[in-house]
Amino acid sequence: MAKHRISVTVNGTAREAEVESRLLLVHLIREVFRLTGTHIGCDTSHCGVCTVLLDGQAVKSCTVLAVQADGSSVSTVEGLEQGGKLHPVQEAFTEKHALQCGYCTPGMLMTCSALLERNKQPSEQEIREAISGNLCRCTGYLNIVKAVQHAAERMRAS
Amino acid sequence: MRTSEKICGMGHSMKRKEDPRFIRGKGNYVDDIQLPGMLYMDIVRSPYAHAKIKKIDTSKALTIPGVLAVIDGPTLEKYKLHWMPTISADTQMVLPIDEVMYQAQEVCAVIATERYLAADGADAVEVEYEPLPVMVDPMKSIAPGAPVLRKDKKDKKDNIAFHWEAGDRTATDRALKECDVVAEQFVYVPRIHVASMETCGCVADFNSAEGKLTVYMTTQAPHAVRTVFALVAGHVGLSEERIRIVSPDIGGGFGGKVPVYPGYVIAVAASVVIGKPVKWIEDRMENLQADSFARDYHMKVALGAKKDGTMTALRIKTIADHGYTNASANPLKYPAGLFSICTGSYTLKQAFCEVDAVYTHKPPGGVAYRCSFRVTEAVHAIERTVDVLAQKLKMDPAELRMKNFIPPERFPYRSALGWEYDSGNYPAALKKAMEIVGYESLRKEQQEKRARGELMGIGICSFTEIVGAGPSKDFDILGLKMFDSAEIRVHPTGKAIARFGTKSQGQGHETTYAQIVAEELGIPASDIQVEEGDTDTAPYGLGTYASRSTPTSGAAAALAARKIRAKAKTIAAHLLECSEGDLDWEPGKFFVKGVPGRSKTIQECAFAAYTNMPQGMEPGMEATYYYDPPNLTFPFGSYICVVDIDRGTGEVKVRRFVAVDDCGNIINPMIVDGQIHGGLAQGVGPALYEEIGYDEDGNVYGGSFLDYYVPTALECPKWETDKTITPSPHHPLGAKGVGESATVGAPPAIANAVVDALSHLGVTHIDIPITPEKVWALLKKAGVAE
Repeated sequence: MAKHRISVTVNGTAREAEVESRLLLVHLIREVFRLTGTHIGCDTSHCGVCTVLLDGQAVKSCTVLAVQADGSSVSTVEGLEQGGKLHPVQEAFTEKHALQCGYCTPGMLMTCSALLERNKQPSEQEIREAISGNLCRCTGYLNIVKAVQHAAERMRAS
Repeated sequence: MRTSEKICGMGHSMKRKEDPRFIRGKGNYVDDIQLPGMLYMDIVRSPYAHAKIKKIDTSKALTIPGVLAVIDGPTLEKYKLHWMPTISADTQMVLPIDEVMYQAQEVCAVIATERYLAADGADAVEVEYEPLPVMVDPMKSIAPGAPVLRKDKKDKKDNIAFHWEAGDRTATDRALKECDVVAEQFVYVPRIHVASMETCGCVADFNSAEGKLTVYMTTQAPHAVRTVFALVAGHVGLSEERIRIVSPDIGGGFGGKVPVYPGYVIAVAASVVIGKPVKWIEDRMENLQADSFARDYHMKVALGAKKDGTMTALRIKTIADHGYTNASANPLKYPAGLFSICTGSYTLKQAFCEVDAVYTHKPPGGVAYRCSFRVTEAVHAIERTVDVLAQKLKMDPAELRMKNFIPPERFPYRSALGWEYDSGNYPAALKKAMEIVGYESLRKEQQEKRARGELMGIGICSFTEIVGAGPSKDFDILGLKMFDSAEIRVHPTGKAIARFGTKSQGQGHETTYAQIVAEELGIPASDIQVEEGDTDTAPYGLGTYASRSTPTSGAAAALAARKIRAKAKTIAAHLLECSEGDLDWEPGKFFVKGVPGRSKTIQECAFAAYTNMPQGMEPGMEATYYYDPPNLTFPFGSYICVVDIDRGTGEVKVRRFVAVDDCGNIINPMIVDGQIHGGLAQGVGPALYEEIGYDEDGNVYGGSFLDYYVPTALECPKWETDKTITPSPHHPLGAKGVGESATVGAPPAIANAVVDALSHLGVTHIDIPITPEKVWALLKKAGVAE
């Protein structure tokens, strides 16, 4: 199997790896870079627990090949906290009890942080649509919606 | 609340102690575990529902660099590990010798140095099958003369896994004959799947130098698994003191992580044989297609009443499709679980229920998916049929329920099928739900909309659950009594660690157990570390399912803490130079009666337990309690759902959902609300979308997230929750357990709402999932489809 040398900026740090053509981005992140906050939950790109930001855009990293990320910047849940300060959406998830088992949480946080980057004041419907590609089996979604609204308020205030 | 915000005992909405690691991506799930030299396992599965295995050719697979071994049935047979018991004491192949009995059954396993190479190896294994006749219909399987499926069972002449019944058959038949009205309804609760976001998997690590096996695995019941492993693999040298099961962070369990699946056993065998750690993580399709399913109950219900609506008798005859083997995790004495809670919230004088469990060529099961052993099926049967009866009597479904509720003053109440309901106030819960939803005005709105041809419905479910298994006189899993445990150690500086026999999968035990200990000892919950899931350190217990953690380990936590408090009192009296009788307690300290200034805090007592204990006292401050509950607990609630139906597409939109729950005294209101929200979403799924089905050849549909439709944020409404509080009289904290109420109560409320929306068109029942296709067909038939 052909190998490729790729360069990816992961959470602000330049990383290099030699990868097979078929290696999925999620496996690059989890198994090569050992950032295990990004999870895997299905084989059909439906569940969204593997969501990361690729050049700022939320993608399902099980549907992207590692080689496609060559030269790009990848942000994972481990990069949300900056300088010891949690991202407002991380704080809001705890505050509003928007997580239970924690398995969908990293992907959900990435989707929500991307939403708040492009929409400072999303409506309930906009939030529900934005997270409709991220399945959560524990929370029934309401507290996630509340957490995003809460984080949006905090971000607007600061 | 008895405790301050600082102590954070019961009743405080304490923020969860487990959150900081989860929001940072620092959880530790099984697939995150990486051990030196670890190998990967991938499983080859059968494409046929029933076939003879003529040949397994591994030669191509073994030429792939990195593929080390292929393990098949004959490999395991050498160690007598090719069969295993199920948790319901049936038997199951780990790997087949020459016949597969369901689609996606494990055929063999490939071990390789890398994850992708193991998958390559599995792809390269060539299996020659000879397809055999397939039995998918349980009605045909149970019919006399049907070909016997389980030929491995000596002298087995039929396909019945078990027959179980409760109540008086003759008296119930007679009572039904004497009724003015009998609502008879066939109710099917289909095969569904827990679909926790994390699938199942393990890392099996056999250390040959020490002869010790450590298995990191997705299990809700680590101690029981350890004992089962010791019993099953004792003959190959695995004895219980040298088996350690570690259940790390679990990404949702819901009952699906109670059974022992063949994959775990194969990984263990591979690690023992090869001498290296072996990781097995199933993918989503394997998870949905091969792991234990839930439900699959075909129920024939008859509910009899007098003309005035007084319900008198209930009979339910059930055919339960268990697939290839009975792999449910029910207590031995109750093979159909607690199905006999089917008399529900009502004063029925006579009742009878029976369950015939049948083998078919489908994956084995069925697990208690977020319900206390078949309670969901029972509640669906009674609550759906109450509405059928209401329609027959032309009575409002709320009025019919109110008329038949067990009155609050009759608790403890012995049901017709023998349960002693501990406490309840059913009219209060329904009344509250009706007020919140605005029942009367919704009925008016419905009339107006009907006049305009619009379709809306209002559905009620007033459920009674039975949870917290359970009293050892009745409850065991493979002989292990269903008590549970807590062990608390208070350190010299007044902080504590508490360990439990249960295992959280998202329920927030690290927070709620700390709050219980805080309530009893006055040590701040933030100073109490909670641990579960490691059988080398935690006290023995049967695990977390059936809403049993608060009823069993929660009680054990309180009683262990009370033992510690009693010791602390002796120490306080010693330090204050008074008698114990002179002391009073407020959370966190003992003080001399009438002299609040003369006091010793719990932390001071803890320090003295290690530094200055009374002469002759055993040093230290710790206690263990194994709690054997005297009875089950009976949470209840009333749910009201409002739906709108699109006449063009048949799509059902849940507009509102009001849930009034009563789970007794509450430990953490925020967490209780969260449990209800999640359970409601898991009610929307099966009510409207989720089903795993099979064609006549035994091919699955609903076997991936492509067609197994788990609800997203768009299908879930803005839940409206409220509560009543009726404490359990026998639980030390008055608590009842809440994890499963909403999953149990939501589907009938939604189904009743949809039928209500269509009742004027002559519709009396629709089986779940109520898909747009089913609704549209009914609209078309009634001539109202747009």
